[in-house]
Amino acid sequence: MSTFLRTVSAETAKITTTRMWWVLALVLFVYVLVLSGGLGALFGAGSSGSLPGGTTGEIPTTGLAPLLYSFASSIGYVFPVLLGALAVTGEVRHQTLTPTLLATPRRGLVLAAKLVVLLGFGALFGVIGLVASVGGGAGALALFDIDTELGSSDTWALFARLVLAMALWAAVGIGLGSVVTNQVAVIVIVIAFTQFVEPVLRSVGALADWIGDIVRFLPGAASDALVGASVFSAMAPGQESLDWWVGALVLAGIAAVLTVIGALTTWRRDVT
Amino acid sequence: MTDVRTIDIEAVTKRFGPVAAVNALSFQVQPGRVTGFLGPNGAGKTTTLRMLLGLVRPSQGRATFGGVPYSELVSPLRTVGAALEAASFHPGRTARNHLRVAATASGIARSRVDEVLGLVGLAEFADRRVGGYSLGMRQRLGLAFALLGDPGVLVLDEPINGLDPEGIKWIRSLLRALASEGRTVLVSSHLLSEVQQSVDDVVIIARGELVHSGTLASLSAGDSVSVLVDAPDRSALGDALAAAGYAVTRARSGLIVAGVEAEEVGRTAFEAGIPLSSLQRQSSGLEDTFLHLVEGNR
Repeated sequence: MSTFLRTVSAETAKITTTRMWWVLALVLFVYVLVLSGGLGALFGAGSSGSLPGGTTGEIPTTGLAPLLYSFASSIGYVFPVLLGALAVTGEVRHQTLTPTLLATPRRGLVLAAKLVVLLGFGALFGVIGLVASVGGGAGALALFDIDTELGSSDTWALFARLVLAMALWAAVGIGLGSVVTNQVAVIVIVIAFTQFVEPVLRSVGALADWIGDIVRFLPGAASDALVGASVFSAMAPGQESLDWWVGALVLAGIAAVLTVIGALTTWRRDVT
Repeated sequence: MTDVRTIDIEAVTKRFGPVAAVNALSFQVQPGRVTGFLGPNGAGKTTTLRMLLGLVRPSQGRATFGGVPYSELVSPLRTVGAALEAASFHPGRTARNHLRVAATASGIARSRVDEVLGLVGLAEFADRRVGGYSLGMRQRLGLAFALLGDPGVLVLDEPINGLDPEGIKWIRSLLRALASEGRTVLVSSHLLSEVQQSVDDVVIIARGELVHSGTLASLSAGDSVSVLVDAPDRSALGDALAAAGYAVTRARSGLIVAGVEAEEVGRTAFEAGIPLSSLQRQSSGLEDTFLHLVEGNR
């Protein structure tokens, strides 16, 4: 086996031998399941007139299914980012960088292996998120006799793009962790940016076209464009999003730029 | 064990800002011997070892294994086994998995993981998370990591710290055994007495600079000898010794005569007709010589 493949196996083992990955996967699953199921039931009840004061057909059900399914990434993307970031910062925090670099004294190779492994785990998180969003969303829709659109090839294409988006998000996490190696700082940055800064900026984007032109290149917006459906585009239908493949390139570009910056700066520092 | 090499530190300097933690340090470590790498805390031992292992970049100079830097070793864990002072373990990972990750990265058979766990006496705790380990158990796990690739060179930073007396005895015999198999063994410590019984050679540094390097025996050559002598009639003894031209200092338990052997003092007293109550040769000891060397550099 080549050194790179051995390093990839070792990096995989590093993730599977601690609890972090399945704790994050479990929270992702429950979070997405509850939201897609809950909102699916709410919309379903609204459109069928089961809610008090409602009339049948008041809320259109077109596009409801893909919207619910996309919760796996539009809401769940913070989890692969955290897993990716912690895969780097955890090594600094627990000083496991020493044994890692003793076994593989080529730092660029270690970072590249982490990137490959996290793309895989990100995709796995995508699948887990989808099981939750489809389980909750389609389950709720079926209760109200709304089309789950699971027979449509468009829906399955969305699933594939969603898994790609989650894989890229984990790579963004690696890049972020290699630039900001302080574990607490990186968690604060991820949570603040994904849960506060970007949602606010994207809401502001609805106010003017020129702002919208900029904010659609934000990672969350690029990810939603890649997946092709999201709560955000549903809330601000006027905004034009990127083509799906441009969204993918933007996310991959962010991951690549961050990782290269990290590799050339903090990752080269003395390990003391 | 396939690859036995020397350790070559050649004019290595490491500056952290304006401070030189290690300054133009050179020494060589030979195979088949245990070499003690000694110096007080903060002398630059750990920095030197980390430069040797490619973890810290030297400001100047080269630290290699027989001319090859660590990062260019074809199979690092099979060539050099290192255990560094910092407890570098993920608390949530078991000891077995910690070693498996390293074995996977280096293409070492999984059976070797169980072998080294048994060797360091951790077999029954192998599936426990390292977070619950005592300092002594972490030291043993660090040693297991070092031995994983059956390397020809061992670099151990303060391996005795935190071990109980039984563990200390065990590691001393392990170090001897590893060297007798022909391996190069470098062991750092801030206490000479800690490694005195197991080392053949010593490299002593203070403030980042070399103060002594050679065999352990070469260290005792610098010893100063004196004699503690006493007699019921102490003042008569003092007069007799002074008359014979010796430098005498009064101490609570007798008189200290510097730079002579006990025989000469005894003869002088005998010739003066003074019966002695005690006559004792005093050597300053290796630890004193060590401290003198280290402090002389301050």
